[in-house]
Amino acid sequence: MTAASDGAASGVEIAPRDVHAQLRGVTRVFPLASGAGLHALGPIDLDLYHGEFFAVVGPSGCGKSTLLDVLAGLSPPTDGTATFEDKPIDGVPDGVGVVFQEDASFPWLTVRDNVAFGLRRAGVDEAEIKKRVDYAIGFMGLRDFERAYPAQLSGGMRQRVCIARTLVLQPRLILLDEPFGALDQQTRLLMGDELLRLWRETGATVLLITHALDEAAMLSDRVGVMSARPGRFIDIVETHWPRDRDSRIVSDPGFGAVTARLWEKLRVESLKLMGTRP
Amino acid sequence: MKRGGLTREGWIRLAVVVAFVLAFELLCRLGVLPRTVVLPPSEMATSLWHLLETGEFTADIVSTLQDVAIASALSIALGFALGIAIHALPRLRATLEPLLASYYAIPTFMFYPVFIVVFGVSDRAIIAIAVLLSIVAMIASTLTGLDRIPRVLRKTAAIYRMGLARRALLIDLPAAAPHLFTGIKLAFAYAFIGVIASEFILSGQGIGYQIAYAYNNFENRKMYGLMLLVIIVATVANAVLDTIDRRLQSRLRR
Repeated sequence: MTAASDGAASGVEIAPRDVHAQLRGVTRVFPLASGAGLHALGPIDLDLYHGEFFAVVGPSGCGKSTLLDVLAGLSPPTDGTATFEDKPIDGVPDGVGVVFQEDASFPWLTVRDNVAFGLRRAGVDEAEIKKRVDYAIGFMGLRDFERAYPAQLSGGMRQRVCIARTLVLQPRLILLDEPFGALDQQTRLLMGDELLRLWRETGATVLLITHALDEAAMLSDRVGVMSARPGRFIDIVETHWPRDRDSRIVSDPGFGAVTARLWEKLRVESLKLMGTRP
Repeated sequence: MKRGGLTREGWIRLAVVVAFVLAFELLCRLGVLPRTVVLPPSEMATSLWHLLETGEFTADIVSTLQDVAIASALSIALGFALGIAIHALPRLRATLEPLLASYYAIPTFMFYPVFIVVFGVSDRAIIAIAVLLSIVAMIASTLTGLDRIPRVLRKTAAIYRMGLARRALLIDLPAAAPHLFTGIKLAFAYAFIGVIASEFILSGQGIGYQIAYAYNNFENRKMYGLMLLVIIVATVANAVLDTIDRRLQSRLRR
């Protein structure tokens, strides 16, 4: 709510780009048993542009996931408005896909049936399902594991299944909630490359929640830095990376500058968080 | 050699069982174990074969298996329904949970006079005791199964815009299935124990009754033949259920 935070957020939104999803004054307050409310998020203003890769970083517990839940239509804002493709978000919007941090693959289905699940639910005809599932499985490098069950796969592979499962629905906005949080560093970098490839190929808008500054800096067009709870944007950093980038960007001289700026803001917020701990 | 054939452990297990049976046979034949106490396994087997061939106890066998089937089905269906209800009502659950946890410390059988008074000496009394013995295993497994459904799967169901009924059928049920099946396996085992044991004390037919009857009349061959039958039925049923159980468990993560 400080003047500094408002200034930083509004300073970037000048280019007349095509807005895909929009948050205006979005606030989320969770009711507590005591009758009081826990102010988790906001007020947040955000314009997500068509086809951009936007990452959100912030100290733990700052409401990053709550922000994603609002955009996914999983939990309505207490205050403010959220729109996707100019329509207010009321329930899970058509054209939005979500990948969670936890392994959300269905252990009772094979990889292929996992990927086909959403299409079968939507009543798409079998020929089309086959085509799209074949494509997604090939794209995510799961060809040799089609008949395997998730329990037979590594964590990274299971996350690929979840991404493929989202991909087949051809979402126009993909929301990712720390999708690589449970993976080791090398796997994370490689999965980041996969994600960039997917983003380029599909032309979808991507919002990635992460706690890893390097991941945010490497993947995104813009990175939003959130404050400690209640989470608000205190800075939005543009990276100006080329569209056909990959994980080798970490050796670019500009990469250090971006992560340094992110950490400068985030450090203050993380310290606040530690200071308030009992 | 993994699929279809026996594993190394499987062969060792089989060898131990065979060695035990052979040693048992030898001790009986040498007279170390007197015939008035126990028969050699080979004679138990021929006795059982004879009993099955003459059809002397066919009616009893059918009656017992029928009671086990009815008691298992009732326990599984009611236990599942009660498990869902208790899971949906956290206050009721908080009250019941300590009772459920200590349930198997109570010898349920001591209530048999009550059941005789209510149902008379009948199949219904036997089934009631067997259900009482087995239903709690199913309730407990249902609760565990529902507890262990990962939250993220519920969120995923919301993303696919599934209603409550759809979610229950397509997500909750398969996610809880491995635990539910453990409950089914246990419910069957308890129902089997419940039926056989009840037949000893409150019945005029059934395998349990005939074992007790043979015992009282010093008919060792019949008694041991029937005992062998009980062991074979229980082992085969358990092996089948266990195979399915293990297949389901292997799909659980980590």
